[in-house]
Amino acid sequence: MEDNKPWALISEVGGQGYIEEVMDILKQHFHIICHKDFLQNSAVQGPKIQAMLMWNTFPAAEPSLLRLLPSLKVVSNGGVGIDHLDLPYISSLGVKVTNTPDVVSDATADIAMGLLLASARRIVEGHQLAVDPNMTYLSQSLMGVEVTGSTMGIIGMGRIGCKIAQRGKGFDMRILYHNRTRRSVEDERAVGASYREKVDDLLKESDFVMLAVNLTPETTALISHRELSLMKPTATLVNISRGPVVDQDALVKALRSGTIRAAALDVTHPEPLPRDHPLLSLSNVLITPHVGTNTYTTTRKMVQKMVDNALAALNGQSIPNEVKPK
Amino acid sequence: MEEEKTWALVSELGGEFGYLEELSDILKQHFHLVSHRDLLRNPALYGPKIQVLLIWKYFPAAEPSLLRLLPSLKVVASGGVGIDHLDVPFINSLGVKVANTPGVVSNASADLAMGLLLASARKVLEGHQIAVDPKTINLPQSLMGVEVTGSTVGIVGMGEIGYKIAQRSKGFEMKILYHNRTRRCVADERAVGASYCRSLEELLRRSDFVVIAVRLTPATAGLIGHTELSLMKPTATLVNISRGQVVVQDALVEALQSGGIRAAALDVTHPEPLPRDHPLLSLPNVLITPHIGINTYDTARAIVQRMVANAVAAVKGRPVPNEVKLQGRSPC
Repeated sequence: MEDNKPWALISEVGGQGYIEEVMDILKQHFHIICHKDFLQNSAVQGPKIQAMLMWNTFPAAEPSLLRLLPSLKVVSNGGVGIDHLDLPYISSLGVKVTNTPDVVSDATADIAMGLLLASARRIVEGHQLAVDPNMTYLSQSLMGVEVTGSTMGIIGMGRIGCKIAQRGKGFDMRILYHNRTRRSVEDERAVGASYREKVDDLLKESDFVMLAVNLTPETTALISHRELSLMKPTATLVNISRGPVVDQDALVKALRSGTIRAAALDVTHPEPLPRDHPLLSLSNVLITPHVGTNTYTTTRKMVQKMVDNALAALNGQSIPNEVKPK
Repeated sequence: MEEEKTWALVSELGGEFGYLEELSDILKQHFHLVSHRDLLRNPALYGPKIQVLLIWKYFPAAEPSLLRLLPSLKVVASGGVGIDHLDVPFINSLGVKVANTPGVVSNASADLAMGLLLASARKVLEGHQIAVDPKTINLPQSLMGVEVTGSTVGIVGMGEIGYKIAQRSKGFEMKILYHNRTRRCVADERAVGASYCRSLEELLRRSDFVVIAVRLTPATAGLIGHTELSLMKPTATLVNISRGQVVVQDALVEALQSGGIRAAALDVTHPEPLPRDHPLLSLPNVLITPHIGINTYDTARAIVQRMVANAVAAVKGRPVPNEVKLQGRSPC
């Protein structure tokens, strides 16, 4: 059914692409082409496609694809992280890039706290014991660490970091933070957060180290052997940023040797990890498969924002969430 | 020096039913400890010496068959705040005081309640299982949970633990409803933004997360049954950190199987542990932890220290800080 809607390229529905439940939002405004179909029709469809709606890093914005899209005006990403995009290159083609900040912050902060609590209180281990066919009595030895009144050190105090601080405050946690730039006094007071100019100080003082940075060249391998050795042996590392922010080999070593107590990771590198990776078999590691924004409500908001960004770009209007190269 | 210490009975020294070593060290500073097994082997020798019964996670059970072996008993010092496992009037009738450990359990219990709520809402268990599964090739895009921020939590039982759950929920910008025997003062309500629901039914209808934080009493046994579960939203989650008997388990199984409610997260069941063939163990939308509400080193230590303080006071004839008196008991 032909219509006047602009054409947009997506990876797929289902599989590694969009859930069925959000397709109504996309189809309301765009004529949607799936990547697999596109590759069989690229000569005809290519020139019609003005927007690429990227989900879960697919379809990859590589030269081999972009050269088939002469009319492309915008790469509209679902999610706030854009480390998978070569911003200077895409911009050089005259194509704008957008992301979806803000709408992801609550759900991501929620999973950060969920991972912190699940790790601290050994909830997954507890469940596995509770349902074990061989369990006949309640073990007394499943002991965790106290969350209330403990110290949480947040590395990366952006929108998500601040929301994590707000949630930590509800548990009477002492909040430390490290950021490229210090936040305002009002922001700090609102969540009772203390600035640590030196990340080393934060690492030494924290019971829970929370990574909420963007992935950039500066934050790649931010947490490696040295940083882990500065942490308390009773401390927990929680990563909801990107896998490469942590040196995974160093992390494995620190977890095995008791240099830190435990780790809880929503992100790894790669995703998923190879099936023989040591992180998968350590008893003091909790891993979730990058579910930071995985609620229907948040996913729908992200998709709506992607659509709004893309339409603004196509209509030459002010784009709500354009990401510009430096 | 050993002879001067008061003699106290515990379930086991070390081992799976007993105290962690560092906790039993605290006890040994104040008491000469006898294990239940040793008492039963030689009741005539040990029985008359024992002035204190220390109960941890229900053991040893303060039943008549045990108490009659302890003619010198002055106090039953139970670890934890729940006393539903103790027949307080009966024990008192023997001239024995009963003490629990309120206050020190509240933070850890509230933390676990939030941990269960979040883990259930965001499918942390399922996520971990997929993430480590040898057969996982791609990350699933369809592992979707429900939103916590901005949702409505209904707290049933707004005592000390319930209130702390409200404080934590506020950090997530949750809308907070509560139902309690008595309404809290306005200042308390305002501090956490909680709205009182005179009827439990209203709370059940409106909540996305129903958190049970009551004491187990005759009035609360079976509080959440078929009717109550049917009032809940099909998208709602039940979180129970109180006692297993507060929920009618058969009704819960039915509600979970039929989609009457979305999921349940339980730190407590009845019995504990459940029989290995119980349906709750195999439902995909159930998260169960083995009664670990107070299982942190810091809280366990604080509980043991409180048990010691209560027991020592009783033995010395001083007022017992946390004596359980059933008449005119103040709401927590």
